[in-house]
Amino acid sequence: MSSETQKILTTDGIPLEVSLKKVERRNKLKAFLLVAPLLFFLLIVYISPIIGMLFNSVDDRMVTKALPKTFIAMEKWDGKELPSEEVFEAFYIDFQKLIEEEREGKLSTQLNYEKNGFKSIIKKLRRKSKSFEEGNYKEQIMAVHERWADVEYWRAIKRRAPSYSYSKYLKGIDMYQNEDGKFVEVEEDRRIYKKLWVRTLKIAFYVTLFCFLMAYPIAHLLATLPMKYSNLLMICVLLPFWTSLLVRTASWMILLQQQGVVNDFLVWIGLVADDERLVMMYNETGTYIAMTQILLPFMVLPLYSVMKTISPSLVRAGKSLGGTPFITFWKVYFPLTIPGIGAGSLLVFILAIGYYITPELVGGASGTLISNMIAYHMKSTLDWSFASAMGLMLLAGVLAIYWVYNKLVGIDNIKLG
Amino acid sequence: MTSSKSFVKFDKVDKSYDGKVLVVKDLNLDINEGEFITMLGPSGSGKTTCLMMLAGFETPTNGEIYLDSKPISRIPPHKRGIGMVFQNYALFPHLTVYENLAFPLKVRKLYKDEIDKKVDKALSMVSLSGLEKRMPNQLSGGQQQRVAVARSLVFDPQLVLMDEPLGALDKNLRESMQYEIKHIHENIGVTVVYVTHDQSEALTMSSRIAVFNDGKVQQLSSPDKLYEEPVNSFVAEFIGENNTFTGEVTDISGGKCKVKLASGAEIISNPIRVKSKGEKTKVSLRPERAIIDPEDKMDNKHKGKIEEIIYHGDHARVRLNLLGNAEFILKVPNSSARLDIKRGNEINVGWNSHDARALDPKSI
Repeated sequence: MSSETQKILTTDGIPLEVSLKKVERRNKLKAFLLVAPLLFFLLIVYISPIIGMLFNSVDDRMVTKALPKTFIAMEKWDGKELPSEEVFEAFYIDFQKLIEEEREGKLSTQLNYEKNGFKSIIKKLRRKSKSFEEGNYKEQIMAVHERWADVEYWRAIKRRAPSYSYSKYLKGIDMYQNEDGKFVEVEEDRRIYKKLWVRTLKIAFYVTLFCFLMAYPIAHLLATLPMKYSNLLMICVLLPFWTSLLVRTASWMILLQQQGVVNDFLVWIGLVADDERLVMMYNETGTYIAMTQILLPFMVLPLYSVMKTISPSLVRAGKSLGGTPFITFWKVYFPLTIPGIGAGSLLVFILAIGYYITPELVGGASGTLISNMIAYHMKSTLDWSFASAMGLMLLAGVLAIYWVYNKLVGIDNIKLG
Repeated sequence: MTSSKSFVKFDKVDKSYDGKVLVVKDLNLDINEGEFITMLGPSGSGKTTCLMMLAGFETPTNGEIYLDSKPISRIPPHKRGIGMVFQNYALFPHLTVYENLAFPLKVRKLYKDEIDKKVDKALSMVSLSGLEKRMPNQLSGGQQQRVAVARSLVFDPQLVLMDEPLGALDKNLRESMQYEIKHIHENIGVTVVYVTHDQSEALTMSSRIAVFNDGKVQQLSSPDKLYEEPVNSFVAEFIGENNTFTGEVTDISGGKCKVKLASGAEIISNPIRVKSKGEKTKVSLRPERAIIDPEDKMDNKHKGKIEEIIYHGDHARVRLNLLGNAEFILKVPNSSARLDIKRGNEINVGWNSHDARALDPKSI
């Protein structure tokens, strides 16, 4: 077949396929040049940080490089009892080098992530090691602090031997790999992340639900009201959208605090006693209220754009065929709005799951989300690799939701406008 | 109520949307059972509003509508049991053809086998059997139209309303659907109220036509009467082609009147809306009632100059300048005998005074 098509020539004698490709190549080049700036921008500010995060989250070369001799010596150690003199000696040599380069602080931070209690004993070792005599380092180090004589701490060091590890990911779900290579949960009182994940999902789910319940009637009104009223209503919906996120959250703080507008009003009408003012902020309630309000437009707009396309004659047809207003709504109108519901819910849920500023400001301790924890590790503990790991877990979660949604509803059914 | 036999009755119905303008003014209309009534009129004439009031989607501002002698203004649409075909078909896009047709039956809580039977029957009526599983967007425009008709009839309503149902179809399909709807109406004897702005559609299908203009019924009569005996100049000009002469009545006697035109010529006409001398009038004459080289018994004979000839295949339209009217149209059958029809020639034209109807002078 191809031999036949090759025979077709243009009037200039050039084979048709060649001529066509030439024309198309120019178009393709044009299209590429048009998207190139965005592509380039995305590559730099989006793709490369994600790759960087992925690398960061598993990269553990810092410790590996800090204690090279120790880890070589530890290779023969079975980890059951305290390591031999050889290991202690190697550790002492590595440690002296670190002190020279003033890098022992970083090591102590890293080891402290692995097991609490390293910080103080490394400090102590630094002080005492100046007066160490040559030989018999095992005795001398163990004498510095009793923890140096604890096999658990040496095991912790050995766990950090590999250059790359996925331990941060395990930590993100409150687990670690023990000496036998088994995955176990951390002690009950130290499990915080799993609870946070569950809370994040729960808050995102309920915020989506509340947004849906509030947006559906508004969107319906917007789509059916005459132009002059619907424009006004649209502005009311969008006005908060145009206000700074921080300003909106701050105004919620003014409204919701115990001496705030809402409480004042409730006390004034006598619904709440003055000494029993409602606590609506610095807890989950505050997060729910503020996030629902802030994310509402993201639900209204897709719903509106879908409802706008539903012909009013469909509802009329339903009624004329004998459907009560409810049946007509449920069997005719509602199924046709599902693409909008899907788009709005997905948008709100994904935004809510990674929300940061609002829960940070009004959430308190019980209303913070996983993103607040990521920020905490980036700013306070400086455990960037853990923050990266959690960030990527969040990203994976969002992709998983997207995938599930695609399986259930079909991404083609989404309508954003 | 003297006209208690009428199936649908509009009794002094007014409708206004904004409290300033009446869209429908003092409408009185009686529709008999089994009739095919068409509401015909230009857009904005109030015909669709009337249909919507009958269906229950609009409420009359004043007056009452009776269905089978019962006032229906307070009955919501879903309890009226009136079938309706919408302009854009209004098929439920998320349901199959079967589910679309089953919808009115399911809400009436019929048994499954009964629903199946009725859906089968309705689909075979519009010759679409076998397409039950299709979605509406997998059907052609004509098929969607048929499904819409079948759906409006599947629950055996006594009255079906159709709101410009053929408006979106191309010309050939529209014509074949006209016959199809007409035959369905004849076969099952349901009362149909049909809205259109297409006069040929109205003339083909209806048992009676109500011509709407300006919120009022201008004339309600059978298609042939409407065409041949329009009662006012609006109807005359709206239905079919029309030659008009404006002038003043100079004499009226014995069922004939003389009308003096602006050009000074006088024509003899049939006084329909004029009663006395001196009245202004508009005389309406159908193009096909004027002939070339008239017979002697015709009482109007005039000379006209051919201005233009427009070829239409089976016939030609000849535009004449006749008695000061440069828009006088004549229909000439396409035959080899008439070779003298050439631009610039003068020809004799004549018609019977009975066909020249002197109507009200109102112009549209």
